[in-house]
Amino acid sequence: MTTLFQQLINGLSLGSIYALLALGYTMVYGIIKLINFAHGDIYMLGAFWGYYTINYWHFNFIFALLSAMVVCAASGVIIEYFAYRPLRHAPRITALITAIGVSYFLENGMSYLYGADTRDFPQVIKQVNYNLWGVRVSNIQILILVTACLLMILLQLIIKKTKMGRAMRAVSVDPDAAELVGININQTISFTFALGSSMAGAAGVLIGLYYNSIDPLMGMTPGIKAFVAAVVGGIGSVPGASLGGFLIGLLETAVQSIGLSAYKDAAVYLVLIIILLVLPSGIFGKNVKEKV
Amino acid sequence: MTSLLNVEDLVKNFGGLTAVSDVNMHLDDDELVALIGPNGAGKTTLFNLLTGVIVPSSGSITFRGTDGTISLNGMKAYKIANLGMARTFQNIRLFKELSVLDNVLIAMTAHYKEDFFQSVFRLPRFYKTESQIRKEAIELLKIFELQNDLDKLAKNLPYGIQRRLEIVRGLAMKPKVLFLDEPAAGMNPEETADLTRLIRQVQRDFHITVLLIEHDMSLVMNLASRIYVLDHGSLLAEGTPTEIQQNKAVIKAYLGEEA
Repeated sequence: MTTLFQQLINGLSLGSIYALLALGYTMVYGIIKLINFAHGDIYMLGAFWGYYTINYWHFNFIFALLSAMVVCAASGVIIEYFAYRPLRHAPRITALITAIGVSYFLENGMSYLYGADTRDFPQVIKQVNYNLWGVRVSNIQILILVTACLLMILLQLIIKKTKMGRAMRAVSVDPDAAELVGININQTISFTFALGSSMAGAAGVLIGLYYNSIDPLMGMTPGIKAFVAAVVGGIGSVPGASLGGFLIGLLETAVQSIGLSAYKDAAVYLVLIIILLVLPSGIFGKNVKEKV
Repeated sequence: MTSLLNVEDLVKNFGGLTAVSDVNMHLDDDELVALIGPNGAGKTTLFNLLTGVIVPSSGSITFRGTDGTISLNGMKAYKIANLGMARTFQNIRLFKELSVLDNVLIAMTAHYKEDFFQSVFRLPRFYKTESQIRKEAIELLKIFELQNDLDKLAKNLPYGIQRRLEIVRGLAMKPKVLFLDEPAAGMNPEETADLTRLIRQVQRDFHITVLLIEHDMSLVMNLASRIYVLDHGSLLAEGTPTEIQQNKAVIKAYLGEEA
């Protein structure tokens, strides 16, 4: 029983990281139908920004987190502007391949500029472990869970209640009609990238704190897992991405806890295959029937 | 006083095909004008040119704004929309997955200022603007008897009601000109009569100029003060309903040569 709760806590904190990442995938997909494979690398940029600002500028946690979000939002907007916007009317596969290119560019660019070695993320917050009825919970796990949940609530408010959020939903349903009711499509898409990338930036700083180590290729695997999470939840659905993230996190820790650590990634991809076979539109996804 | 909207020598070529050729037309304040013509005459293409969906090959479109005359050639569609040009579509283009109220609120986007932090952190001023625009939207929906369907998804409304909602969405943009692309398409005579009354009421109460494409001649002859007839991309005739009904060229285009 204790083990179960222990794994639940571990799974939820890892899952909240995936959820934050999955949100970016799902929002960008929702608005321009692009799987942004460079999204995991934005998360890496966030982690590196946290690493440098804490080490060299002595930022505290909150400031490192917020500044990483701003910097990542800006990188997301820049990437969209230079890499994806010129391909807005190109076939979807073209933008998809470009996204893979951007991903390699960021990974190798960072390796080239700052070296490919793994670094220790500075422990800006001292880890304290609490023992709650035999379950070990660290303050960092709580911090991750709380920050992630706050950000997700904030995001939900932005999408549901603000003018920009309304514009985002309109563009995702029908971009041409949205433009004709006076919505600036380019601005709305930029805003979506900013929002998604800022979530990834926050996830990067949080993961640095959790795992203590960062490197330029750290975004690859979590990026793909978050993509799986978005698909599980139903790509294009915001609550689906959050739920999918938590599910993938829980699954991964569950597989680890029964002694199959080596297979934890395989388990996640197995879920992707199963979902695509039995529930291709995901948990909250809409079943879009192509009309002939 | 210049016309509200002025179109001069407008041409649109698609490759070798001339869809609109040398069209001259003007719309004045507060008038209801109809655009008719056989299928494929270029009516919708002309609408697309006027609302900035496509860019003219040559010619000019000018609009009398609050500060002087503005050329609309090559202007982005959303900017043209925000100048006060709203439209509906031949094949309904509502935000199908969103609620009726959201459909209207989205169209009001350009007409209210919002402080981002106020909205996200739900500060008092947010509730004030929010309730104000909601009220405005509901007021508008009431005119079209849609006030009981606020939270329904647009796609779940019956066809005729969807057409109405599209007009409400257009009006929510506080337009100076409203373009209606076949508003009565697929409606039965009763619904058409209802719509006719509604369009006249809206045009009178909101003091807007309406340009409508329609095949239903009873609606056109009842509503329009002037009619433009388009055939094979060029203007065939222009005049009052009575003049158009007696125009030989128009009768020929619609019914063919007299035997």
